[in-house]
Amino acid sequence: MIKFKNIAIAGFSVVFALGLVACNNNKKLPFYGQREAKIVKDAAGVEKVDTVYQTIPDFKLLNQDSVMITQDQFKNKVYVADFFFTSCTTICPTMHRNLKTVYEAYKDNPEVAFLSHTIDFKYDKPSVLKKYAEKLGVDTQKWTFVYGSKDEIYHLAEHNYLVAVQEDSTAKDGYIHQGWLVLVDKHKRMRGAYDGTKTEEVEKLKKDIATLLAEKE
Amino acid sequence: MRKTVLFTVFWLTVAAIIYSCQDASEIEKAKYMSNGKDLYKTYCQNCHGENGEGLGELAPPLTDTVFLKDNKAKLACIIKNGTSEPITINGKAYQGKMPDFPNLHDIDVAQVMVYITNSFGNNQGMYDYQKVTADLQNCK
Repeated sequence: MIKFKNIAIAGFSVVFALGLVACNNNKKLPFYGQREAKIVKDAAGVEKVDTVYQTIPDFKLLNQDSVMITQDQFKNKVYVADFFFTSCTTICPTMHRNLKTVYEAYKDNPEVAFLSHTIDFKYDKPSVLKKYAEKLGVDTQKWTFVYGSKDEIYHLAEHNYLVAVQEDSTAKDGYIHQGWLVLVDKHKRMRGAYDGTKTEEVEKLKKDIATLLAEKE
Repeated sequence: MRKTVLFTVFWLTVAAIIYSCQDASEIEKAKYMSNGKDLYKTYCQNCHGENGEGLGELAPPLTDTVFLKDNKAKLACIIKNGTSEPITINGKAYQGKMPDFPNLHDIDVAQVMVYITNSFGNNQGMYDYQKVTADLQNCK
């Protein structure tokens, strides 16, 4: 008799857990970076605490066609940002091979975009970036490559996207950097970072983009 | 009767010798293949891909058996010294620069060559490191 009771309890728990999982379809991604609390007044004048998350600040950078672009290009889009350089022979080819599978998966979705920043301010002029994009075989309307001064790009990387980049004359290609693919939402907030050299993390990025697109505002 | 037995033993011995020799060369090739695979992962896979598929027009694929066969004597030089010569594979032109790998020893080059020329649809057999040493002397 006791045995039966145990089995019944176990069975009930499993069904209950499944029910919880099934209900949990409004999954949300975490927020990355600094955050602060702000006191706001709602319409009725009642004070409430609101959380302010770190956002990507406005930027002005030259794209592969030597056209100045700003964040307007990413209005109402989620985008994946990364830092690379065209003559990199170590992690960049792997990163972009993997990111290209994400690009292929969301090619026809106008709400998804890609933004690669070069950290080689000496050599990777817009024309070099354009050639690289052509050879990689991607549409630059969807996957944009940008060039900026060392100060601009390195500041964006380290302080905003939280990716370490550095010039290093002892490194084989002259630079060292991290291979994060950073996922940014429609409100310029960072919602994920994935190691672009690992296929399983890139698969997670694909899923997380879908989750992010489905999030209710 | 005695003669037949001796005869059989003799030929069995010969067969065993031949068989064990083949075995040794097979083992040698297997050694090249497994070391070559590790080297490939470390130095080549970033650009040429896990299955030798290449990367867009940035890096050529290694699946074209014709190019690898026709340029076999040049492969060691390309692997060790890199290349910026444009090449055409499967009718597609590749103009990117391949970096050099000066820290690779002749044996490393031979092993990675054997791995590449016996993977991704290639099946060209063994390539000894002494041949690589000779090839490297004729690099342009």
